[in-house]
Amino acid sequence: MLLAVTDLHKSFPGADAPVRVLRGVSLQLEAGQTMALTGESGSGKSTLLHLIGGLDRPDAGQIVLDGLHVETLSDRGRAALRRDRVGVVFQQFNLIPSHSVGANIAFQARLAGRHDADWCAALARRLGLEAHLAAYPEQLSGGQQQRVAIARTLAARPALVLADEPTGNLDETTAEAVLDAMLSLVTETGAALLVVTHSAQVAGRMQRRAVLRGGVIA
Amino acid sequence: MIGAALGALMSFWRARPLQLFTLLAGLALATALWSGVQAINAEARASYAAASATLGGDSLERIVDRAGGTLAQADYIALRRGGWLVSPVVEGRLNGVRLAGIDPLTAPQGPTEAGAGDLWGFIGGRGQIIGRADTLRNLPQEGPELVEQHSMAPGLAIADIGQAQRLLGLEGRISYLVVLPGQPLRQVPLAEIAPGLELTAARPATDLARLTDSFHLNLTAFGLLAFAVGIFIVHGAVGLAFEQRRALVRTLRALGLPLGALIGLLAGELLVLSLLAGGMGVALGYLIAAALLPDVAATLRGLYGADLTGQLQIRPVWWLSGLGMAVGGAALASAGALWRLARLPFLAGGQRRAWALAGQRALRRQFALAIGLLGLAAILALRGSGLLAGFGLLAALMLGAALLLPVVLGWLLRGCERLASAPVAQWFWADSRQQLPGLSLALMALMLAMAANTGVSTMVSSFRLTFAGFLDQRLMAELYVDAATPAEADRVRDYVTPRVDAVLPLMAAQTMLAGGPGELRGMVDHASFRDNWQFLAALPDAWDRLHSGRGVMVSEQLARRADLWLGDVLGVEGTALPVVAVVGDYGNPVGQAIVTASLFASLHPEAPPHRLALRLPPGEVPGLVDALVRDLGISRDRLTDQAALKAYSMGVFERTFAVTGALNLLTLAVAGFAMLMSLLTLAALRLPQLAPVWALGLTRARLGRLELLRAVLLAGLVTLLAVPLGLALAWVLLAVVNVEAFGWRLPMHLFPADYAWLAGLALVAAALAAWWPARRLARTRPADLLRVFANER
Ligand SMILES: Nc1ncnc2c1ncn2[C@@H]1O[C@H](COP(=O)(O)OP(=O)(O)OP(=O)(O)O)[C@@H](O)[C@H]1O
Ligand SMILES: [Mg+2]
Repeated sequence: MLLAVTDLHKSFPGADAPVRVLRGVSLQLEAGQTMALTGESGSGKSTLLHLIGGLDRPDAGQIVLDGLHVETLSDRGRAALRRDRVGVVFQQFNLIPSHSVGANIAFQARLAGRHDADWCAALARRLGLEAHLAAYPEQLSGGQQQRVAIARTLAARPALVLADEPTGNLDETTAEAVLDAMLSLVTETGAALLVVTHSAQVAGRMQRRAVLRGGVIA
Repeated sequence: MIGAALGALMSFWRARPLQLFTLLAGLALATALWSGVQAINAEARASYAAASATLGGDSLERIVDRAGGTLAQADYIALRRGGWLVSPVVEGRLNGVRLAGIDPLTAPQGPTEAGAGDLWGFIGGRGQIIGRADTLRNLPQEGPELVEQHSMAPGLAIADIGQAQRLLGLEGRISYLVVLPGQPLRQVPLAEIAPGLELTAARPATDLARLTDSFHLNLTAFGLLAFAVGIFIVHGAVGLAFEQRRALVRTLRALGLPLGALIGLLAGELLVLSLLAGGMGVALGYLIAAALLPDVAATLRGLYGADLTGQLQIRPVWWLSGLGMAVGGAALASAGALWRLARLPFLAGGQRRAWALAGQRALRRQFALAIGLLGLAAILALRGSGLLAGFGLLAALMLGAALLLPVVLGWLLRGCERLASAPVAQWFWADSRQQLPGLSLALMALMLAMAANTGVSTMVSSFRLTFAGFLDQRLMAELYVDAATPAEADRVRDYVTPRVDAVLPLMAAQTMLAGGPGELRGMVDHASFRDNWQFLAALPDAWDRLHSGRGVMVSEQLARRADLWLGDVLGVEGTALPVVAVVGDYGNPVGQAIVTASLFASLHPEAPPHRLALRLPPGEVPGLVDALVRDLGISRDRLTDQAALKAYSMGVFERTFAVTGALNLLTLAVAGFAMLMSLLTLAALRLPQLAPVWALGLTRARLGRLELLRAVLLAGLVTLLAVPLGLALAWVLLAVVNVEAFGWRLPMHLFPADYAWLAGLALVAAALAAWWPARRLARTRPADLLRVFANER
């Protein structure tokens, strides 16, 4: 078992009472599996993803990733987790603005000490970024930026890829192409994938589907 | 509508008391810097004026009562009949004011020259008393008309002698007679006319006033620089406040508030804030100045108007200049922001525009402008002449360097990025480069502050070294005696010869040198001179040539004015002599030529030495002074103890030093504040740049540390660039502006330890400025960082 989430709780301070977003979420994912997470807007999909990725702390519950209890980790431990084990692709603003495309792709792999120039070059080729390696993020289109983010995540060969509406900002054809590339590369590297999406089409291409409703996995 | 809008604008400050505080504090600090420099300037001027009065004394001879009493009117008339050109003066205290009565028709410098103008009003009718407003306040209002004259010395008032005699109760009496220049050759000896009177020799004119003026000019230049630094910080603070309210402004306009009213409101708000901050700044500036000056009494007299109740009052003119700085600076700094606001598209989309992020094109324009300014500076340095060109050079140099700074820093950071190999280090440099546009204003302020500090330290220290050396050479003897008459000089010489190591007569006479008025000095051959004098330029055997009568030494002023240098020939009263040495003569406006004593005696047999320099062990000076007073009846004020004089002069410098140190700290504090403002402005814009790196596995604490490191590193780079700029600044002031203004060049010395200390201070200032923003970053909630990636942006 790569990921086991058990009875996860998270609330945010609200106007009068705390907003209880997650109320006992449990979820499992095997290594190499792909799963779609859907649910209404505001149901807590992003929140769950952030907790799994060590970007935020849960109020209660357990997250065991690769044998590691994420909820007990310190700031530093969670930073190491993000660096070494998971790759996150957000909907936007994934890239380091002061770095070129090439430097962005290599960045996380170099941080994790797993940089492989050939693999990076292969990723850039597969994602159609070869011509843009010297460009800066602000010079790219939204779809190109998302492809750079995917290349960067996979360059570090994480065990788990978390993607939060990676194609949410893209038009349909572009979204399709980006998703294709991501899926095939994830499968190739043997990583597991948890993708948050509103699109039934995207969800349909994953091995498993989970729906978040009322703070729990329905 | 307007009221509601005002409320909305003001609520912004209510919600951000800390930012309101930083804006006010920033403005106040800038103003404090400006008024502090003003105060320090005034203090320096007062100190040097006092030093000048002590050292230089009065330049005209006087006839006084030997017993120290007053003179009768009859003595005056008898002297005039005997061919003496003298002018009577009566002096006394009236309600604590020193009242001097003069005869405007014979006085060397009448009230008309002092600027009052109206001779008939002065002597006729009711008469007039001229003085500064604070002086006049203490005088009886019902007497002569009180005429305000700001250029008068503090505590001094002048009136016609008749009026003064009456007011002082000295009818028919005279305090002393001023001996006017250009006395006729034949006159009845003083001793025959009035045996009870004596002639007091003019003090040698080591006129410090010119030195003072020069020092003052330089300090003024630095005051202007401080002003520039102040403008930078105000610019940052005001820009931030405007930028943050962009959305609010747009909303208000959308709600129907006319643009004119809106700009009026913002300008009004700015005026109120700057007046408030300016007031605090003036008070702060004077508090700092007063606290730092050891001689608080002198400071208070210099800075504040005299007030009988003993309460401190800051003079209106200081208030005005301080408030003017705050308001003018704020207006200048906000003109751009208001302009941009006026042209703000009504409904520009939600797209955030970073106000500080100047485009690449703007940077290129800035670079071209900087190069142009520096080119202009080079041309002015090589070709320019005149004081205006000197100041133009200064302005072009500083502005050009400031504009060039972001470009040069960009190059340096790019170089560091290339050299770095670790991913975090590479990101650090690249990210730093990305911060440059937003930080450049603050960094420019820091650079100007550092350059000003380096320059002022160099200037003051060079002044001190030069001045100390100059005193050592001019005051090499332990005791000086100004004899009243040649006869007295002879008596002193006979008396002291067995008691001291050497008696060195000093001879001087007014003459024409190279077509202008000058002073000829005669010098005896003695090791005291040979060992102590330093030359700006000299032939190897200058002393031997001088004393064999085959050479003349000239002062720098004469050398520059008459374009003389070593080997050139100067005509000295008909004798053509080659220049064998050029000596520095700081502060003396009159050109000097020095010849050997025998030559002087043959040229000026009528001017036997009045002044004797005595060499003796320093410990024996007090005893000899007592003996001269007791045995020969020499009055103490004719004896100058070198050690005391030097101590006094150097004390003046020490005081200036304490003040310069404070000035340095204050300037850096202001620069640090500018940096803090910029960092706070950038903090909001920084999240999208930092969040990806954080998400990829850097802790917030580490990001915070890197922010701090970046500020310190940037400050370090700026300092590296600022020190040479400061030295260039000092050079321009000492070697260009000073020469143009005063005819002599102050040698420039370097003080590496001082610069290291200043650099350390700059780094500390940067670290302090960055500390808070960095800490805030380290404590940013993950949710705020995550929001960067969220949909709703
Ligand atoms: N930092 C926060 N502070 C307060 N409330 C928050 C915070 N983050 C999320 N929430 C709230 O938690 C709830 C879940 O948010 P989340 O972003 O996880 O929803 P989501 O399922 O990803 O929605 P969407 O599909 O619109 O992205 C929402 O009601 C949101 O307002
Ligand atoms: Mg979401």
